[in-house]
Amino acid sequence: MEVVLALVVGVIIAGALYLVMQRNLLRFVFGLILLSGGVNLLLFTAGRPIRGAPPLVPYGLSEPAGAVANALPQALILTAIVIGFGLTAFALVLLLRAYERLGTLSTDELTARVAEPRPIADRGDGEVAP
Amino acid sequence: MLTSVLLAFAVALAAPSLAARLGARAGWVLAILPAGLTAYYASFLPRLAAGEVVDQRVAWVPQLGVELAFRMDGLAAVFALMIAGIGTAVTIYAGGYLAGDRQLPRFYPLLFSFMAAMLGVVLTDDLITLFVFWELTSLTSYFLIGYKHEYEDSRASALQALLVTGTGALAMLGGFLLLGQIAGTYRISTIVADPALLQASPWYVAAVLLVAAGALTKSAQWPFHFWLPNAMAAPTPVSAYLHSATMVKAGVYLLARMAPGLGGTPLWFGLLALAGGATILAAAALALLQRDSKRLLAYSTLIALGTLVLLIGVGTPEAIKAMVVFLFAHSLYKAPLFMVAGAVDHEAGTRDVTRLRGLGRAMPVTWAAALLAGISAAGLPPMLGFVGKELAYEGLFETPWLLAALIAASAVMLLIVVLVAWRPFAGRTLQVPRAVHGAPPSLWVGPLAIALLGTLFGFAPALLQDGLMRPAAAAVLGSPYAFDLYLWHGLTLALGLSVLTVVIGFGLVLAWPRLHPALVARFGEVRVGPVAAYAGLLKGLVAVATAQTRFLQSDDLRHHLTVIVAFAVALTGTVGIASGAFAGLALAPVFEYAYEAVLLAVIVVGVASAVRAHSRMVAITSLGVVGLGIALLFVLFAAPDLAITQFLVETLVVIIAALVLVRLPSGTLRAPDNGGVRRLAGTIAVLGGALFAGLLMAVTSYPLDRTLTAFYEAASYPEANGRNIVNVVLVDFRGIDTLGEITVLAVAATGVFALLRRARAKRADATTGSGNAAADQGGPPS
Repeated sequence: MEVVLALVVGVIIAGALYLVMQRNLLRFVFGLILLSGGVNLLLFTAGRPIRGAPPLVPYGLSEPAGAVANALPQALILTAIVIGFGLTAFALVLLLRAYERLGTLSTDELTARVAEPRPIADRGDGEVAP
Repeated sequence: MLTSVLLAFAVALAAPSLAARLGARAGWVLAILPAGLTAYYASFLPRLAAGEVVDQRVAWVPQLGVELAFRMDGLAAVFALMIAGIGTAVTIYAGGYLAGDRQLPRFYPLLFSFMAAMLGVVLTDDLITLFVFWELTSLTSYFLIGYKHEYEDSRASALQALLVTGTGALAMLGGFLLLGQIAGTYRISTIVADPALLQASPWYVAAVLLVAAGALTKSAQWPFHFWLPNAMAAPTPVSAYLHSATMVKAGVYLLARMAPGLGGTPLWFGLLALAGGATILAAAALALLQRDSKRLLAYSTLIALGTLVLLIGVGTPEAIKAMVVFLFAHSLYKAPLFMVAGAVDHEAGTRDVTRLRGLGRAMPVTWAAALLAGISAAGLPPMLGFVGKELAYEGLFETPWLLAALIAASAVMLLIVVLVAWRPFAGRTLQVPRAVHGAPPSLWVGPLAIALLGTLFGFAPALLQDGLMRPAAAAVLGSPYAFDLYLWHGLTLALGLSVLTVVIGFGLVLAWPRLHPALVARFGEVRVGPVAAYAGLLKGLVAVATAQTRFLQSDDLRHHLTVIVAFAVALTGTVGIASGAFAGLALAPVFEYAYEAVLLAVIVVGVASAVRAHSRMVAITSLGVVGLGIALLFVLFAAPDLAITQFLVETLVVIIAALVLVRLPSGTLRAPDNGGVRRLAGTIAVLGGALFAGLLMAVTSYPLDRTLTAFYEAASYPEANGRNIVNVVLVDFRGIDTLGEITVLAVAATGVFALLRRARAKRADATTGSGNAAADQGGPPS
């Protein structure tokens, strides 16, 4: 089963990378969302998922009875999902602000509109040009 | 010896406050230090004369075998006396020359730091320590050349000197390390004591070339000569000290120091003879184009340095004898000449020798110093310079072509002396750009004293013989060498050659008024050879750096990310393939349940749809499908907590995205794009996806280490009293991590809130406000 999940992870990450490398900032954020899902699934697969036995300790016992799902990657992924959500929310709002200020979502136009600070001209007399 | 170096550094630290308190007299008071050092080093001379060598060792980094080893032998004594002695004159001179300069408090610490570093270079017996002091001289020299930092010229010259000598020093460090490897020690006296071992090593050639690279750049030998004349942008005290008497001689010192170990081979001779000979000829030719007194002197310094390098390369006892005498004589006349040129510049306002006449009446003492030093520089009796030059001629008898070069250059030297020490002073009528006044004592005491010393030693060279010159020659030769020094050698071949030199020299003097303008008109603007190469290299370096930065760190986000992703995929992929991580992976998809296959297919379709979507709603929905698909996978594979969280997060993301999207312009997501760019992104993305899939398969083909999981399973209930192991891990065993996670979310929520509030305020200004409240996206759902 890991082989199939690995292939699906590959598809998700390929799609995410493609979107990240696009000109439209919205697609970049979509790529980010996809990427965080793909990476979570990657971690999950690496922990060797098994079916139907959640990592719980039954009442009356002090340890799980028999083999249960790997709790460690699950704990890590839980954190990752939440952090990924924070990142997505922040990126979306940042994108909104960028559009409101600069009026475009295209990365190359953004570059043109956020002009670089002009280099300080040196007149050679020790004074810095304004 | 260590104390003397440290003392100089200590005074350097104290110098600014002293200089500020003492004002105009600072130069006189601070000169006590170098004067005292001179006396201290002179006190070694009787022991050196008796054939002794004084060693001092202090452990520095004993674990690495690095120690502060100091050693006073003849060669070290010659250099230490020159550094401290001329340093005394320069300190006094600088007080007068830079009087009233706002930055004077900055000058003395640099000067004394330089002096201390230079003393360290010549006194240390350890290669690593030598390198450190060597670099310190480069750095202090950089600041001293760039002292008038408000001029671009000055800064460019300082940088040039630093780059040329610094690059050479780097090569030199490589050479030192090789020598250390060959000899098994960094102690210089031990290394050079075993020439057979060094020269039998396969690394000998590399070591010689690397060490010579350091020495030849420092001593401004062709083709690295160009930085020295440019360094004349420094204030004159600096030129007089660093660029005539001391720092540029550090290279000569290093070659002389290494000569007993590395010398005596055809490589050594060929390299140094070529560098020295080329320097002599190039400097003599280029000097004809100059009329700035300091630049003229700079080229004469190059001639002298070339001569010294030549003599070390020839390496016969006669040549080494000539080298040590010429070395000492050169310092005694070059420093005064520089100081005189500076005094003239200071009092008359120009260094252009064609614009000055008749200064002798206004500055008689300065002229006297100029003449005494000048006669020595021209190699005329009865000065020490005459003794040195005669010996140099004799030392080159076996290599006539080098001798011819030296004779030609000595004739140019005579011309330079006439231009700098005679022409501006002679004549009845005063011709100067501005009203001239006599120089204050601080400007003539130093040069006059040193020039008088040169005269004294010229009449009685035997004074130097036992304490300095014999031990110095012995140190360079590696074995004692007894010789006597006389002013008058009798009617020898060398004397005949001296007469020939004088005849050519005066011929040049007579021809100069016509020759100089003609040469300047023809060659004045020509920039070829090493200078052009330096400029080209510097420009090329900047161009490559700029282009590389543009490419790798583009302003364009997409370009930037493409580079990063491509690099990461290529690097990881190459390493993975090279290490065989992907070999023998089973690719057979095995489904145990049909519905799982359907779910996975839905996820894949969702991804494809998100990638291809033109409409924002389609894209958002597709992302939702993928996210919920993953959540369902979590359900199927026994991860209920993950599934719940994923469902919540997916819902919130869709809500936020919708809120954001309504404020964005409608229109297609897929702007018409260049096909090549799209294909490139597609290729990188597919390779990246394949890489991750491959890595994951490779990882899962190994057995899993369940140690940590087993611990959590066993400890969850007994230690933390929780039955949901995932929750226990999060809130108990890894509670601090979760606290960090909450902090991250709080920061993100604050950021979102601040951004939205600013946006809303702005909109309220622009319109009447849409009243569309922003959702608060904070709070961990877990």
